[in-house]
Amino acid sequence: MAIKTEEMVLNMGPQHPSTHGVLRLELKLSGELITGVTPHIGYLHRCFEKHCEAMTYPQVIPYTDRMDYLASMYNNFGYVTAVEKLMGIEVPERVEYIRIIMGELQRIASHMVAIGTNGLDIGAFTPFLYLFRDREKILSLFEMTCGARLLYNYMWIGGVSHDLHPDFLRLTKEFIDYFRPNITELNNLLSYNKIFVERTANVGVLPADVAINYGMTGPNLRASGINYDLRKDEPYSIYDRFDFNVPVGEGKMGTLGDCWDRYYMRVLEMEESLKIVEQAIAQIPDGDVHSAIPKRIKPPVGSIYHRVENPRGELGYFIVSDGSMNPFRVKVRPPSFVSLELMDELCKGHLVSDVVAILGSIDIVLGEVDR
Amino acid sequence: MYDIILNITGSEILSMIISAALPLFLFILPFALVAVLAERKVSAFMQDRLGPTRVGPKGTLQTVADILKLFQKEDIIPSEADKKLFNLAPILVFAGSFAVFAAIPFSGAYIGTMADVGVFYIIAISSLVVAGILMAGWASNNKYSLLGAVRSVSQIISYEIPTALVILSLVMLAGTLNMYDLTNMQTEYFWNWFIFGGPATGIQKILLIPFMVVGFVIIYISTLAEVNRTPFDIPEAESELVAGYHTEYSGMKFAIFFLAEYANMFAVSAIVATLFFGGFQSPFGYIGNLLGAEWMIPIEQFLWFTVKGLFFVFVQMWLRWTLPRLRVDQLMALCWKYLIPYAFVNLIIIGIISLI
Repeated sequence: MAIKTEEMVLNMGPQHPSTHGVLRLELKLSGELITGVTPHIGYLHRCFEKHCEAMTYPQVIPYTDRMDYLASMYNNFGYVTAVEKLMGIEVPERVEYIRIIMGELQRIASHMVAIGTNGLDIGAFTPFLYLFRDREKILSLFEMTCGARLLYNYMWIGGVSHDLHPDFLRLTKEFIDYFRPNITELNNLLSYNKIFVERTANVGVLPADVAINYGMTGPNLRASGINYDLRKDEPYSIYDRFDFNVPVGEGKMGTLGDCWDRYYMRVLEMEESLKIVEQAIAQIPDGDVHSAIPKRIKPPVGSIYHRVENPRGELGYFIVSDGSMNPFRVKVRPPSFVSLELMDELCKGHLVSDVVAILGSIDIVLGEVDR
Repeated sequence: MYDIILNITGSEILSMIISAALPLFLFILPFALVAVLAERKVSAFMQDRLGPTRVGPKGTLQTVADILKLFQKEDIIPSEADKKLFNLAPILVFAGSFAVFAAIPFSGAYIGTMADVGVFYIIAISSLVVAGILMAGWASNNKYSLLGAVRSVSQIISYEIPTALVILSLVMLAGTLNMYDLTNMQTEYFWNWFIFGGPATGIQKILLIPFMVVGFVIIYISTLAEVNRTPFDIPEAESELVAGYHTEYSGMKFAIFFLAEYANMFAVSAIVATLFFGGFQSPFGYIGNLLGAEWMIPIEQFLWFTVKGLFFVFVQMWLRWTLPRLRVDQLMALCWKYLIPYAFVNLIIIGIISLI
């Protein structure tokens, strides 16, 4: 006689240590084996898009900060470049360079959190704190520039809020020299750690065609072996002036597109970002950062879709202008939202322990998923 | 120790209770206080932080404050929980881990009970913890607790096999199950420790050393797993199962689980130290012998025992703050595919060598 068994439904979150914010995952389990995952979102919904319709264009910028709160600079970057494109504003060279430096530093800081929390979910506590220690240094650089450590409201339409602090370039250089060896240390401590590799390699494999079908972008897509980076393929701002590589997954430790590949993409991208910052520091010209800021921000009637390569993937802003002070519609295409849709696909057939490894490796920020 | 107390009190029951309670109040409770603080300070040191600094000088009273806080907490029992089992579980877990100390010789002058089956008793009584953990997980009526408990039980039971096999090889060599006798065999100098072949001599000793080292590595790994420490802290993997089997516990009951964990850490360290590193024996003679002060020797022995035990506790902490954790199936694979076969082979080889 067969023993009667039933599926267990495990409710993971919204209060759970490793759901990276307030996400609720409904796991269907057979023993510890996962047969289905349903993500429930909306706990952080703040009506970003609707709010924007009641704001003037510059007033939207602080709201963009709060979407992907680990990459606020880049959210600013995407939004202001979209509005500038709509209005046809040319920003000064210096502003472009400052934005690139800030954006890439932000990418490093964001990847630090991604890598650190991914390790933390798997049980490696120490690399997480090492990365947060280094992230502090980046946040201090931001703080000395614009006074804020998390939500900057730094990039303005046509410029940036403050010029760089006189010490900024020197300290950034020092940071680069300081941080390069730390990446090696991180690799020795975590990336090539036998247990970490065992936990992440061959887990949550994302084949390239599935990734494309779902619209996955950013490091998650590149880990599946597709060389697609907006900074290279559709250079915005002045990215075409810099020499950097786009790391692509190779399946070094297991299958192409597994958790380890996704994790390692971020490690490699930090190095590339350091390269970009280094070049930008060497080239940055003098100038006024406020000269191109328009007195009245009133874009002409029309619409625009502008996208940037945010640390998590393609961040797109679709802005419709009716010629008034307020945008008629702002729609955001968030990379994290797309990544989260894949949870079910990635988790099936794995164990409960793998859910946290997979969730950590796709690196979602709930603020952006829910907006 | 029992005899001394019997002389003083004249009552058998009273002296039995006192000698049983002594290690708890004299050693394990203070040890837990120190170990919790040490864990936080060690982790802070490894992670480039400061750790607790506010309570007392340099934060040394932090654990006291924590325990005072836990005392004041409301004792919450989930309404759907099985109250009897829920209340019994922490007691059982604590009793299991505490009872192990009865057979561990702290020094030449103190051993809780001079049981001739000491080693066997330790293996048996430490399994009591499993029952407590399963009870806690089941009675909480919480899915995380249940998953944690199931994992924990399968893990602890599996890893008892390599532990027992390694201990068996030692027992075979020594011909005794008594922890006190085992310790006394490793007397005088450190090359008499079992890790260096024990009291064997000549070619036999040289042949034994590599297999003893292998045995030590196996038993250390499996005891790590038995006390649920990283990289085997799967039952309470906080990023997966919130807190595993003690998710629903609060206040003093939680503190008891916590205390049991630290008591367990020291217990297994003490067992490893006793079996392989001479227990309370000094690696190079005693100052007491040198000065002709006999009474100093047990104190020195106690210090050596503590130092050895604490060293292995430190290694446990060190590992915890360096390594990620394994997945539950990998953990089982490690045990059944590697540790148990190696332990068996090791057992046979040691058996053959001891015949030479």
